[in-house]
Amino acid sequence: MKKGISFRQAFFTLLKRDLQIAIRHKGDIFNPLLFFILVVTLFPLGIGPEPQVLSRVAPGVIWVAALLASMLSLERLFKADYTDGSLEQMLLSPQPLPLMVLAKVLAHWILTGVPLILVAPLLAVLLHLEDNSYGALIATLALGTPVLSLLGAIGVALTVGLHKGGVLLSLLILPLYIPVLIFATTAIDAAGMNLPYSGHLAIIGAMLVGSLVLAPFAIGASLRVSTN
Amino acid sequence: MWKWLHSYADPERAYNLSGKLLPWFAMLATALVGIGSVWGLAFAPTDYQQGDSYRIIFIHVPAASMSMAAYMAMASSAFIGLVWQIKSADWAAAAIAPIGAVITFIALITGATWGKPMWGTWWVWDARLTSELVLLFLYLGVIALYASFEDKVLAARAAGILAIVGVINIPIIKYSVEWWSSLHQPSTIRITEKSTMSTDMLYPLLINIAGFGLMIGAITLIRFRSEILARNGMRPWVRELAIAEGVK
Repeated sequence: MKKGISFRQAFFTLLKRDLQIAIRHKGDIFNPLLFFILVVTLFPLGIGPEPQVLSRVAPGVIWVAALLASMLSLERLFKADYTDGSLEQMLLSPQPLPLMVLAKVLAHWILTGVPLILVAPLLAVLLHLEDNSYGALIATLALGTPVLSLLGAIGVALTVGLHKGGVLLSLLILPLYIPVLIFATTAIDAAGMNLPYSGHLAIIGAMLVGSLVLAPFAIGASLRVSTN
Repeated sequence: MWKWLHSYADPERAYNLSGKLLPWFAMLATALVGIGSVWGLAFAPTDYQQGDSYRIIFIHVPAASMSMAAYMAMASSAFIGLVWQIKSADWAAAAIAPIGAVITFIALITGATWGKPMWGTWWVWDARLTSELVLLFLYLGVIALYASFEDKVLAARAAGILAIVGVINIPIIKYSVEWWSSLHQPSTIRITEKSTMSTDMLYPLLINIAGFGLMIGAITLIRFRSEILARNGMRPWVRELAIAEGVK
């Protein structure tokens, strides 16, 4: 039996569609980024401008802000598709759901994770991050933000059918983000003290591989529950 | 081989079976927790280093180990409910979640009160404590998700997926004291070899661990029974039961 289109075609069609939609609504890309920048800006105002203090808290501040920005932007990952019914068409299509979900999450990461990685060094300058930590900052963000998108998508998929999903979403996915946060910030701290941090990176990489393999199935199952 | 088990997926049978088991669990739990606590708190020898304040171990360790066991029980029944579509298993998972949250909270509080005289601080951000706190958040997330769906069939499935995803935290808690250098002491109870603890202290502790397990079992049965009744209110057998009990 001929299936119509191949898995690869389906994956890239969906990826392209999501990217196009987001590029036409530019706010979707810039708002989370602005939020990220604003949250980071609040910290020097809140805890005082001393460079020593700031450089000590910089890894944590940047990562916590990245985590919150990723969570906020995730909320609309499935929302529009859910309200206009295209999500149900995806569930009904002969293509495997985990594949479709992976395309959507990848599109989301390209739109929110990548700009975040690009802006982070700039914010690190503002926070007086140690000079030798920049490599670790970029590396942990590059490996860690996809994990955030994948884990967060599980929570979003579970709450997409609910009217007031926002606060609940944070309750569901922030605990799952904690391990990424811990290993990322300890890696950056280690790099700041000229210690090797490849072990931490390897663990974040392992989280990425694990969630890349398992999360699409959990997201797919959650979507089936939510749309019912 | 497992055919006999399937008949207990029927709500009425599950209700009756748990009703029969409940007194046994309750009696044994009361006896064991009673013996273990009195023995541990009053008769076990005083520790030569920690004095009498070590005695909170008889509450803390059972609560902490049962917080993980309850999570595994919840996740396993959620898994059974998702895979084999057995509603009773979903209800069991929903029944365990709040109990697990409370027992996790007890473990954290007793740990903090023990930490104050021993470590000189209520709380440290180390691996064991943090991962146990994450466990509490996971329980609360499952409860909140279950509560936020109107349709409880969907609620149980959604909460079940979250519970299964959260299982990843359990090995992290278990091995956190071995993987990271931690202020929290490593495990002193060994299953396969000799425990690094005096038997005068070990026996009441083991009795209390078993007692806490049975106690959670008993409370789960109570909540499971009421969950079954709440979800099957329109069924004839529940109505007959209500009439027999004289409920208007």
